This record gives sequence, structure tokens and C-alpha cells, in this order.
Amino acid sequence: MITDIITMIGKEFKEIFMLRGSFRSTVMNLLIIVGMAGVFFPAQMGPLWLTNPVGILTWSWLPLFLVMGVVADSFAGERERHTLETLLASRLPDRAILLGKISAAVLYGWSIAVLTILLGAVTVNVMHFSGQILFYPLVTFFGAVLLSFLAALLISSIGVLVSLSSSTTRQAYQKMSMAFLIFWLLPTLLLQFLPAKIVGPLIQTLSRLNWTQVATGVIAFLVAANVLMLFFAISRFRRDRLILD
Amino acid sequence: MNPVIRTDQLTRHFGNVRAVDGISFEVPAGIVFGFLGPNGAGKTTTIRLLLGLLEPTAGRAEVFGLDTHTSGGQIREKCGALLEHTGLYERLTAEDNLEFYGRVWRLDAAQRQARAKELLQSFGLYDRRRDNVGTWSRGMKQKLAVARALFHRPQLVFLDEPTAGLDPVAAAALREDLQNLVSRQGVTVFLTTHNLAEAEKLCSQVAVVREGRLLAVGSPHSLRGQENNRVEVAGRNISATALAALRALPEVTGAELRDNTLDVTLLPGADSAQIVASLMQNGVLVDEVRKGRASLEEAFLDLVEEEEK
Repeated sequence: MITDIITMIGKEFKEIFMLRGSFRSTVMNLLIIVGMAGVFFPAQMGPLWLTNPVGILTWSWLPLFLVMGVVADSFAGERERHTLETLLASRLPDRAILLGKISAAVLYGWSIAVLTILLGAVTVNVMHFSGQILFYPLVTFFGAVLLSFLAALLISSIGVLVSLSSSTTRQAYQKMSMAFLIFWLLPTLLLQFLPAKIVGPLIQTLSRLNWTQVATGVIAFLVAANVLMLFFAISRFRRDRLILD
Repeated sequence: MNPVIRTDQLTRHFGNVRAVDGISFEVPAGIVFGFLGPNGAGKTTTIRLLLGLLEPTAGRAEVFGLDTHTSGGQIREKCGALLEHTGLYERLTAEDNLEFYGRVWRLDAAQRQARAKELLQSFGLYDRRRDNVGTWSRGMKQKLAVARALFHRPQLVFLDEPTAGLDPVAAAALREDLQNLVSRQGVTVFLTTHNLAEAEKLCSQVAVVREGRLLAVGSPHSLRGQENNRVEVAGRNISATALAALRALPEVTGAELRDNTLDVTLLPGADSAQIVASLMQNGVLVDEVRKGRASLEEAFLDLVEEEEK
């Protein structure tokens, strides 16, 4: 089973790096994202990037949106390009195909997130060197690494579910983009329209929050959501349904 | 010897459509079995059922003695398949495609490399092995898809229209490869094709299906034999008298003259020597007598027409 999952991951990675037509164009796209989140923002914020957990926790999510593009293509893309039936007619077990695709998307997004976090520390030290090497507090660093992993896994599991039921990659991507826009933008927009008497106390409450507790809560929520989504994805994966869809 | 494939009243409905309608047949090991039928006859659905990719609505099928409904995974382990589409990853190279499926079937690195080289060379694709498959012609992709289906040396190969899109030389080479595969390695090939001449050359047994129903199953020879009542006589001095005398024979049901060739239809089992004697008595100089055997195509069309009636 593990060997089969690794085989699937290998194939997925080869396809991911050709997703934008050529290896070069995919790498260029990645460099822009890593450059923004790992160089531009840390350089702007300086040492605050390393000491204030809000920056890293916010921007370490950015590469995870890459996962959306990859995972949208997972089944819908194979169906669109008529490769799915041949894959399903192979000896690979259902779970190896499903978990292989999820793992590849997670590894891709997560590795870029970790790279970005580490690059952020390097950038701050190079641009704002003050005689000693600075790094994130270890709790923040490991929290961000764990959070980005769990977030990548959640996005991948949800994405695979969407991709399983979409006829094209574009359709899957649109569905996911809509969901994530609502998830990310709606709270921000709502905040603009809230009356001042609510916003003021809200900001005060947020500033008093214990971020370790918040991160722990978020991690617990993500773990539960991941277990649920993985279980749901496994139960939804049926060869006959995939072929007839 | 146990058959490799056995179906018993195998049925699959999609709503009101009976894609496969109670078909029963057996495929012995080590032959090329042709599954013939017009578009929409249920050929692809049958392959999907045999590979355990779809569940039957009724009836059952066994491949290698394993129930396709409950042991799909074990069946797919022993099979290779080229389905309706080539199923190639067009953003990857030919080597990458074969490498992936080699890993899927757990071939070690040395085996994968040697087998890829062997197949790519035999199909004339070796020089383009590092190009993305998306840049290839349809025929080249088809050859690579066949190579992929055979890559892990399966005991049973399902080939859905394997020579579609191939040039005549490549198609002939593939047919030869398939024959060698069967004769030297004892592989069983389940082949669907519209090319009846190809089926006639390749297949030891064929099944004819239409609208999900099995119309006939047997060797191409036996299917053609159902129409084995035609005789062609080429000669000179074929007069109207000779033709009338011929038509008057009790065993002759029809006779037509076309360009010095008589096309005579006899009653089933009738002796053709009588017609030669009659023609010679009426002054015909007989050059050649050819016992007409309907081609598989004619037999196929007759079966389909009969079913339509």
C-alpha cells in the first residue's frame, strides 16, 4: 500500500511540475509566490516578522492556495484528459490512488509553506542584521509548520471531494475558489460594516487573546476536520461511479 | 482447461438502456478472442464489467475463476488494458508513462528499463522516448498505449480497437506482435474491433454482439460456414441456355452472370459438382470453380440484419 501511494505521489509530482505547460513556467510561478511570502513581506516587516506570530501565521497560508490548483486537477483533470479509466483499470487499490493524490498535493503545498517560513527568517537576518541571528520562537515556528500541514491536508481532502464530483478541472477550481473566497473574504467584508460599538470591543478582545491557546484551538479544529474529510473522501471514492460520471 | 473468462447471463442496465443483456460466453486461455459489434453494442461496457470496474445488474462473470464483482482488484492485477482512450499522460514523456505503469505493476528498476527499451524499440518509438506524449501523432500514441498494456507481461490483455489510428504497416506489425504474444507466451487477448478483416486474421474465436445481446459465438470459420452455399464459376461461352439449365437444377436456388463469372447459390449441403457437369453439357468452357465462403464481414452483416428483422 505504501509503495503504491509513493508511486502515485511520484507520478503526481511529475504532472504538477508540468501543470502550467512546462517545468520552467511552473518554477517561475512558484518563485513569485515564494518570493512574495518568503522575501518581500519579511523584508517589509523586519524583525517583527519573527517576533509577531500574526504575520507568519497569516502568510504561511499563502502557498497553500497552490494546493487548490493541484488538487482541483487530481480527478477532474484525469477525467478530462481521459486518463482516469486506465488508471482505475490498473492494479492500484482505491486507497492508494486517493491517498496518493491527496499526499502529493499536501507535500507540494506544505513543502513550499515550510520553505517560505524558513526563507522569511533568512530574509530578515540578511536585510536587518543586528549582530545576532534571529529566529522565530520555537512554539511559533513549530505551530506554523503544523498549521500549514493541517491546512494543506484539509484543502487537499476538500479539493479531492470537489474534484471527484466535477467534470473538468476548471469547474472544480471555480467551486473551490468560491468556497475559499467566502471563507476568507466574507469575515473581512463583514468587519467593515460592523458598527463601531461592536468593532472596538472585538479588537480589544482579540488583542487580549492568548495566541498559543488560539493556535491550539485551531489545530484541534483542523485535526478533527481532516479526519472527517478524509473519511468522507474515502467513502465517496467508488470506481464505478467515477467511470460512469 | 478452465476458461480464462466465463460469463453467465451477464447483464448491465443504465436506467432503461440494456447495455449488456444476458450474455454468456467462455474464452479459453491462450487465444485471441474477438468481440465484434457495431457502435453501442455493449463492447466497452463488457470490458468494464470483466475488469470489475462496473457491477453487473444481473448475472455474473468470472476472470481467472475470480468473480468480477467481488475480486476486481485481483483480476486487474493479472490483466493489461487498452481501453476506449489511450489513457496516456500527455504532459509526460513516453518513458515517464511506461515508468509509472511499470512501478504500478511493481517491476524493479532494471526490469522497467529493459522492458521500456524493448517495447519502444519494437514499436519504433525509441528515438522519441523523451518527448512529451502530447506532441506525438495519434498513431504513435496508440502504439505507446499498446506497449503500456503489455508492459508488465499480463496473462490477459483487453484491447479496445488497438489498431484504430495506426497506419497499415504499424497495424500489421501490431497484429504480428499480438500473434507472437499468444503463440510464444500463451497470453490471452480479448480484442474488440470494427475491422472484421483484422478479426478474421487474428482471432481463433469471435463473439458478435448487438444492442447488448450476443448474436453468435464461435470460430470465424464456423461463422463464415453458416453462409457456405455459394459457388463462383469463371468460364467462357456462358449462354442463356446454359444459365437457364443451371437455374433449373433442384439444388440451385439462384444464379447470376457477371462479367463471365457465374455467382451460384446452392441449397445448404448441395454438391457443386452437379453444376459444373450441367454447364459443360451446355457448352460452357469452365476456367475456374471457386467455392464461395462468405467473409466474416458478410457473416457479421447477415447476423446483424437477421437480428434487426
